[in-house]
Amino acid sequence: MLSSTAKNLYWMGRYLQRAKSTARLIEATQRMALQSRGEEAAGVAAIFGMEDEFRQTQQQGGRLASLIDFLVVDESNPSSIVSSIAAARSNAREERNNITVDVWESLNGLWLELSSRMRSDRATLDRGALIETVKKQAVMIFGAAQVTLLRDEAYNFLQLGAFLERGDNTARILDVKFHLLRPDGNPHADKPDYFAWSEVLACIGAVRTYRRIYRSALDPVKVAELMMLRRDVPRSVHHCLWMVDLSMRELADAYGTRGEADRLAGELHARLRYARVDRIFEIGLAKFLGGVRDDIATLSDEIGRQFLLD
Amino acid sequence: MAAKAFDEMGTTGSIRAPYRSVANWLARTSPERVAATRHEVDLFYRRHGITFGAYGAVDGHETTIPFDIIPRVIAWDEWQYLHKGLVQRVQALNAFLVDAYGAREICRAGVIPETQILMNGEFVAMAQGLALPGGVHAHIAGIDLVRVGEKDFYVLEDNVRTPSGVSYVLENREVMMRLAPELFSAMRVLPVADYSEELLATLRSVSFSDDAEPTVVLLTPGHFNSAYFEHAFLADEMGIDLCEGSDLFVDEGRVYMRTPRGPQRVDVIYRRVDDAFLDPLAMRPDSFLGVAGLLGALRAGRVNIVNALGNGVADDKSTYTYVPEMIRFYLGEEPILQNVPTWRCDRPDDYKYVLEHLTELVVKEVHGSGGKGMLVGPTSSKAEIEDFAHLVRARPDNYIAQPTLALSTCPTFVGQGVAPRHVDLRPYVLSGRKVTIIPGGLTRVALKEGSLVVNSSQGGGTKDTWVLAPEAGSGE
Repeated sequence: MLSSTAKNLYWMGRYLQRAKSTARLIEATQRMALQSRGEEAAGVAAIFGMEDEFRQTQQQGGRLASLIDFLVVDESNPSSIVSSIAAARSNAREERNNITVDVWESLNGLWLELSSRMRSDRATLDRGALIETVKKQAVMIFGAAQVTLLRDEAYNFLQLGAFLERGDNTARILDVKFHLLRPDGNPHADKPDYFAWSEVLACIGAVRTYRRIYRSALDPVKVAELMMLRRDVPRSVHHCLWMVDLSMRELADAYGTRGEADRLAGELHARLRYARVDRIFEIGLAKFLGGVRDDIATLSDEIGRQFLLD
Repeated sequence: MAAKAFDEMGTTGSIRAPYRSVANWLARTSPERVAATRHEVDLFYRRHGITFGAYGAVDGHETTIPFDIIPRVIAWDEWQYLHKGLVQRVQALNAFLVDAYGAREICRAGVIPETQILMNGEFVAMAQGLALPGGVHAHIAGIDLVRVGEKDFYVLEDNVRTPSGVSYVLENREVMMRLAPELFSAMRVLPVADYSEELLATLRSVSFSDDAEPTVVLLTPGHFNSAYFEHAFLADEMGIDLCEGSDLFVDEGRVYMRTPRGPQRVDVIYRRVDDAFLDPLAMRPDSFLGVAGLLGALRAGRVNIVNALGNGVADDKSTYTYVPEMIRFYLGEEPILQNVPTWRCDRPDDYKYVLEHLTELVVKEVHGSGGKGMLVGPTSSKAEIEDFAHLVRARPDNYIAQPTLALSTCPTFVGQGVAPRHVDLRPYVLSGRKVTIIPGGLTRVALKEGSLVVNSSQGGGTKDTWVLAPEAGSGE
């Protein structure tokens, strides 16, 4: 397999996951905006690390509807949902021969549908339906990958991209939302706002999951634990880094060599696996998540170096 | 002109034998069913991303080539005749290419002037004196055939550079099996799905190395190329890597591809990149599509490039006129498939005749392709003919002319129902250690009424081509 193939599959995984995470996050944010007061736009922009870009494109500043357009349909924003799907589709198109017909058809189908929606009048464009389509189809695409792809190197690069992106997304959502709700970093300050905290969970689709696991009222510490440390929650940071480590080990077995990327993947996985939530709050959640996110970024660079992707 | 054309299905009351089942099927199938089926076809092609022509499309995206669901049928004995003629022709073309880049015996014998080879813009001096495995230069040849009568087939054009279109042959068949199983089961159609396997075997058989499983890659200009779908499709079917120039590099005279494991040796490159862009060190220095040092590796016998470099000297429209002579010279045989009579404007007598008969003739540029740069006399206006006459007078050596052939027609779905439309046929001839041709080939159809131009860039479509198995007891 070519290095350029590995690179395309890695980025296909990342872009697809990015679109999916964004769709879920926006849906949760809209629900929140309907149920409570406040302007959510700034917080959402912060999750995408795009406060400045957002302010620049939106002179009047700060309206949720315009932020949603920026994140969903703005083709000049490289991280918007339509841009991400177009990028994933372009990666897949270059690797038509390395993915199955099922994966290609479901991804190309989504791209065709988004393209046709984008051609319709912007004023009547149904954003909600568009987000719903992206969520549903992304599940189909990942499902097609699970069911049909040969478990070879190519598959592992797709997995690496998807899970690094997903782990980073969850870490970022938790980081920003926690800071908004508890600027002082103290989880026990006052009675937690039910709507606010359930919305944090909804960003990774884990409200019911929380109930199943804890069978108790929403508690900021437990929310953080679920999102970071629970290996059995498929969008938790721990779960994602576990999957990353697994794929790295499969590649190391296939290639018979190990490098800095393998070490870092193993270390990150271990850090999440053996962490305790009370210790994390002692050193500070922001500090812990910041370290994890920096290392995820470094790992992505190291993967590029080690497998000649650049 | 269209009225006189030979119709391959025949007329009511005298349907030709190979088309009987198709005629019955057409009579039985309701227009609603047909419309629904055509819609399904379009959806199928779009979802599969079987597209063409990223260049020039308004939004920079892909379009699909129209597919007509009425198959084009060829009887077994007709195919036997074509098969023999194709093998003969491609063998002669390969012998000519070996000779053209070697001793040029054919020039010394006075059959073809040496200037025809050496002054040809497609001649690649660096390809001289190479002993290619199996003596093969044209590994994949697309020979364009037209039919004008029950027994009259002509070769319109040879394509031995990087002929495309075979992916449509394979995909069209998949579509037909899905959409018209009842018609399929009523006839015995020879399969085409083994093309990719034969292609891979052909590519492997021409490796310089004796490795039992030489590494073959497909080199594409990239996903902006109009035939990119086909490149990806063929690589997928063969299970080989689809490379762009940046995926390959040359080190110490050997070619490698970059992989996460490190460099991997490459033995054979099936390239879909034109000669001029293959190696920026040897050819165009501004090419980003090629691999620096590739020609050095070829000359050192470390990698084979398929099709060979410089094949353009064998398939331009002026060399075409010599092919029957090549067959006699190299094979000592009479040509089975005939050339269309051709006037070469660089010959004084021909030049005079052509200018006097422009209203009847088809005039083409020697190096033109894709149905561009040509004049179809009978359907052109006075002004168009006058303009073209200027071009011919300015550079007679750049033009050839042929009589306007009444290409055969096949029933085709058009806006209002079924009507005859003109077709041609491009079979694909594979030459390695042996010659293989999958039955049939690509049938292109001119969808505009009366049009003789079948090129997809000029509004042509495609049909599935069915070669029928021999009847039981026919002795074949």
